[in-house]
Amino acid sequence: MFDVAKIRQDFPILSKTVYGKPLVYLDNAATSQKPRQVIQALVDYYEGYNSNVHRGVHALSMEATQRYEEARQKIADFIGAGSSEAVIFVRNTTEAINLVAGTWAVANLKTGDEILTTEMEHHSNLVPWQKLAKEKGIVLRFVPVTDQGTLDISNLDSLLNERTRLVAFNHMSNVLGTINPVDELTRAARAKGALVLLDGAQSVPHMPVNVQELDCDFMAFSGHKMMGPTGIGVLYVKPSIMDQMEPFLRGGEMVKQVWLEDATWNDLPMKFEAGTPNIADTIALGAAVDYLQALDMSQVRQHETQITAYALESFRELKEDLEMYGPEDLNIRGGIVSFYAHDVHPHDLGTMLDREGIAIRAGHHCAMPLVRDRLGKAATARASFYVYNTEEEVDQLVEALKQALRFFKGRAT
Amino acid sequence: MEELDELYQEVILDHYRNSRNNTPLPSPDIEYDGFNPFCGDEVVLQLKLADGAVKQAGFHGQGCSISQASASMMTDLLKGKTLEEAIALSEVFRRMMSGQEPSEEELEMIGDLEALKGVCKFPVRIKCALLPWAALEDGITEYRSQA
Repeated sequence: MFDVAKIRQDFPILSKTVYGKPLVYLDNAATSQKPRQVIQALVDYYEGYNSNVHRGVHALSMEATQRYEEARQKIADFIGAGSSEAVIFVRNTTEAINLVAGTWAVANLKTGDEILTTEMEHHSNLVPWQKLAKEKGIVLRFVPVTDQGTLDISNLDSLLNERTRLVAFNHMSNVLGTINPVDELTRAARAKGALVLLDGAQSVPHMPVNVQELDCDFMAFSGHKMMGPTGIGVLYVKPSIMDQMEPFLRGGEMVKQVWLEDATWNDLPMKFEAGTPNIADTIALGAAVDYLQALDMSQVRQHETQITAYALESFRELKEDLEMYGPEDLNIRGGIVSFYAHDVHPHDLGTMLDREGIAIRAGHHCAMPLVRDRLGKAATARASFYVYNTEEEVDQLVEALKQALRFFKGRAT
Repeated sequence: MEELDELYQEVILDHYRNSRNNTPLPSPDIEYDGFNPFCGDEVVLQLKLADGAVKQAGFHGQGCSISQASASMMTDLLKGKTLEEAIALSEVFRRMMSGQEPSEEELEMIGDLEALKGVCKFPVRIKCALLPWAALEDGITEYRSQA
């Protein structure tokens, strides 16, 4: 059974007070909190077997290597990768996408080739492609966003053609919470022979994800949004494609043999992990995956759907004062609620909620083309939920929001 | 809520709601687009000069109450000031934002801007208050380098 009170006890930070008020942490789309089990995994590594991985013949190195590679296997199992060789460790989603842009795309895309992405991407799945577009004459096309906050896939035929080599989009929008139609987009991409890159930064932490069922070629996500430490992320690459890819960074660890003038590459996926890797954080990410597996990802998704439904319902009484974003259909909506209060700028709202102990995010959420050009706002406020959030916390958010509205409306008019 | 009351004083909310000089100026002598990439706040500052002094000051953009009120008050104060005086004013304001108590003489200089003093208790919001001032300083630097 999904016991939120029990889950909360695993997260030391949730018993903290902020300005004398209990912390209400609603900024999970930016980063999640960490359970004791993850923090302990870091301590265990540094206190018990800190050493460098691979090639070491001493006991500590063998243990570190074993735990490091175990973590890779756990993550491969968690996303249904089939083989641990398909999992490359990177720093975060941004680095994962840069790896694809800097290796596969540079080698395979020619002037005039096209990449299809969307208007609702995080900058991490946009700016790397802009670089390619400028340097190699690649054409970028964008799936538009409807007024309901979904992708408008009615015109996919005009956006895809024989020159489309990659379709790159987010599985779940970090602003709208929209869960995008992977099946339709992937089918359309396949029909034109294009590969598919999924930005799973918001989906992998919050719902069951199986890369083989989704049939994507690349999937990028970050450890820190799924209870793991910062500084560790994952790039899944379909093995048949990874095999064809040149290394990203070059140096130690990623080589097999080195001569003065030449070198050969290590086995997959180590070929893509140059230098001493982020051992401690990788092992702790493995602990985070254990934690999520024990909770069961479909239960995680169900809990967040309930909280989101409750939040959307609670916000309804403020509908005169708020502009709400994202689809209302909870089947295609994750635990993200972005809104704009007509009378209180998001930053002012963020400051006022902060004084009540409530952490939300205010800004463009690293998706300026969506927020500025599509929603027409320089910033929105965003509450985002995770396994430890409760309906009581939503009540507190709504209460503090009403108070902020009263404050600004009452005094400013 | 005491600190919030201090942050959001009536005079600040008034400058936010009814911003002064919030219209684009035709053919300004100095124009600088102040933009905060972290939050998306923007203040485009425009100055028309005559005889080495600010004849007209205007701004447009979007952002929180603090950045917009700061721009509103700043443009009010800039009128009639030489560029040297404008920079001196900016230095006084920056000192206040760093937590230094303004002197009697400085208080006289800054007028309504004193209301923004409470911002320094909210470190992440200081950059909001400074946004138009950074645009002023950068705009003057750019103007002088072109002259």
